[in-house]
Amino acid sequence: MYKICKAEKLAENIYLMDVEAPRVAKHCEPGQFIIVKMNEEGERIPLTICDYDKAAGTITIVFQIVGASTLEMSKMQAGDAFSDFVGPLGQPSEFVHEDIAELKNKKMLFVAGGVGTAPVYPQVKWLHEHGIEADAIVGSKSKDLLILEKEMESVSNLYVTTDDGSYKRKGMVTEVIKDLVQNQGKKYDVVIAIGPMIMMKFVCLLTKELGLPTIVSMNPIMVDGTGMCGACRLTVGAEVKFACVDGPEFDGHLVNFDEALKRQQLYKTDEGRALLKAREGDTHHGGCGNCGGDE
Amino acid sequence: MADVLKKVPVREQDAKERAVNFEEVCYGYDAKEAMEEAERCINCKNAKCIQGCPVAIDIPGFIQKVKEEKFDEAYQVISESSALPAVCGRVCPQESQCEGKCIRGIKGESVSIGKLERFVADQALEKGIRPEPPKERNGRKVAVIGSGPAGLTCAGDLAKMGYDVTIFEALHKAGGVLVYGIPEFRLPKDDVVAIEVDNVRSLGVKIETNVIIGKSTTIDELLEEEGFEAVFIGSGAGLPMFMSIPGENANGVFSANEYLTRNNLMKAFRDDHATPIMRGKKVAVVGGGNVAMDAARTALRLGAEVHIVYRRSEAELPARVEEVHHAKEEGVILDILTNPVAVLTDENDWVRGIRCVRMELGEPDASGRRRPVVIEGSEFEIEVDTVIMSLGTSPNPLISSTTKGLDVNKWKCIVADEEIGKTSKEGVYAGGDAVTGAATVILAMGAGRAGAKGVHEYLSNQ
Repeated sequence: MYKICKAEKLAENIYLMDVEAPRVAKHCEPGQFIIVKMNEEGERIPLTICDYDKAAGTITIVFQIVGASTLEMSKMQAGDAFSDFVGPLGQPSEFVHEDIAELKNKKMLFVAGGVGTAPVYPQVKWLHEHGIEADAIVGSKSKDLLILEKEMESVSNLYVTTDDGSYKRKGMVTEVIKDLVQNQGKKYDVVIAIGPMIMMKFVCLLTKELGLPTIVSMNPIMVDGTGMCGACRLTVGAEVKFACVDGPEFDGHLVNFDEALKRQQLYKTDEGRALLKAREGDTHHGGCGNCGGDE
Repeated sequence: MADVLKKVPVREQDAKERAVNFEEVCYGYDAKEAMEEAERCINCKNAKCIQGCPVAIDIPGFIQKVKEEKFDEAYQVISESSALPAVCGRVCPQESQCEGKCIRGIKGESVSIGKLERFVADQALEKGIRPEPPKERNGRKVAVIGSGPAGLTCAGDLAKMGYDVTIFEALHKAGGVLVYGIPEFRLPKDDVVAIEVDNVRSLGVKIETNVIIGKSTTIDELLEEEGFEAVFIGSGAGLPMFMSIPGENANGVFSANEYLTRNNLMKAFRDDHATPIMRGKKVAVVGGGNVAMDAARTALRLGAEVHIVYRRSEAELPARVEEVHHAKEEGVILDILTNPVAVLTDENDWVRGIRCVRMELGEPDASGRRRPVVIEGSEFEIEVDTVIMSLGTSPNPLISSTTKGLDVNKWKCIVADEEIGKTSKEGVYAGGDAVTGAATVILAMGAGRAGAKGVHEYLSNQ
């Protein structure tokens, strides 16, 4: 069992947890992810690592309620435990293996969207700890949904934007990128964009235009996370890659986002039905016409 | 008097009924049937069946005990050589191993060794008979990677010799292919696999789940930091292969590994489990091995019309005859001499069919089987909403790429000696699919046994 030592609500539908997993904490690096399973009947849920404490042997995860399983997970408290927690999975971010002196000359721009802020944080934090300051854009739908602002501010040169303008800048992250590059004359060697797939797609369309190499972190459907099932396959350039073992980070200009976006829809009907059932409990009969009810 | 040339028939669940449930197909022998079948064994002095068994069970020895109604003693005889008799009695390809060598088979049907093994194991499981733990332990630590047939066998053998064995399993449940790959209707998980895994535990073997060697820790760390003196790698087959044809990433195309893992390990067929699975109406399974049969029969039970699409003829199907027979009985349709060239999709990128070509058999190829050749102009379409690719696997590089000095061959399989599983790295032994590429449960068990011998020799000489 993997004990939850801290459970916190960060924003509406977004939660943070510290989980005891010494083997994962000892080996994990920025860019990697874990798979968590609540109990015997639960599904294997892949989540990016938001932070880690090697001394305490804990991993911080951040997740958003998107289905019945994450809804159930959000109800777990400090002191509860997950039956399974495995990792670190995937390859660490490329820069982890680069020469620090060279990295210091590199201008990096991080672009985070929504819960994507969670996996961006350990990356900029790692760089900060190695004496490298990066720029970071965090985009959120609104002020209420903004997470980890203070944490991000302490380790990066931060630009916050909200879709509805309820806080700081107004507009999409792509507009901030344009502003920084075109109006403020900022130069970047690489952009690292993590967030909803649709956001990463549009960031890549823009950075391609601007001639900025871009790395994205893909979060497709997954089962085992060790390369065994192939559910997470993506087309990258002319090749089929498994996000779990080859990624999750890829050259964003080579990823076939349209295919990846469609593949993400595979179980949406099942997931939606399960979520409605979980939310409505005994009153769930499918009469609303939304999910069709149980067969 | 029954016909002595024929096996005592085994009772099975009716094909129509079982095609819609996940209960076990074969009921196995009862005591009377088992004793009657045991009488057919002529107890050869030079028993060929033992030579045919990768773990060399004293087959005539245990069958004599069955004749005498000493079932518990029969179980002890089997246990000396096999940690997983209830599993092997169900999934071993006996027809090409022990039973294939049986003298009875020359004039009639061989003795039903597999069904007798299963009977003996099942009655022991029911009674709660556990294998005896070793009386003395030497306290020396050995790590086993993977809790599939190779790992369980190696761990069991080493524990019996007194070693302090820990198995590291990447998934959340122990059993490897026995839990994620082989379906419930061929190999019940709770009643058979879980109990035989527990039997290995009762020998003193510890199993740590959720540890991915190469990620959560490494072989070098196990040896240098965690106090293990030797390691056996039984990490299994690896990554699923696809055909590299257009449309293969459409929604509705799955690897057999994914489809079976969702259903077997994650129990997607049960409403009380959260993992989803696509319940197609018409499914094409591409491939002709045992895994293809398992995927096809699973799809059938989830309510689909199922076609096996295979490029050679029925005679070349690599699957066991019994599996093909069961699949056909249940209503799986064989589309032989057929090869997909593209997956067809609708406007939303969901599968709507496959485009295939017809094949004919030409001259024998390197494998000795007649090479399938495309018939020109034979393209046609099959309408399906789900495609399951069952084309084999390629080795997982997780361990080989993170272990210093561990050699792999040109197919990226770990290089290990067949007799004792010795690899290029000192103190590291390997066996099973990680070495040979995808094979059978019993061959992996044989390799696990060889690896245990190798580890024991290595540690004894230190």
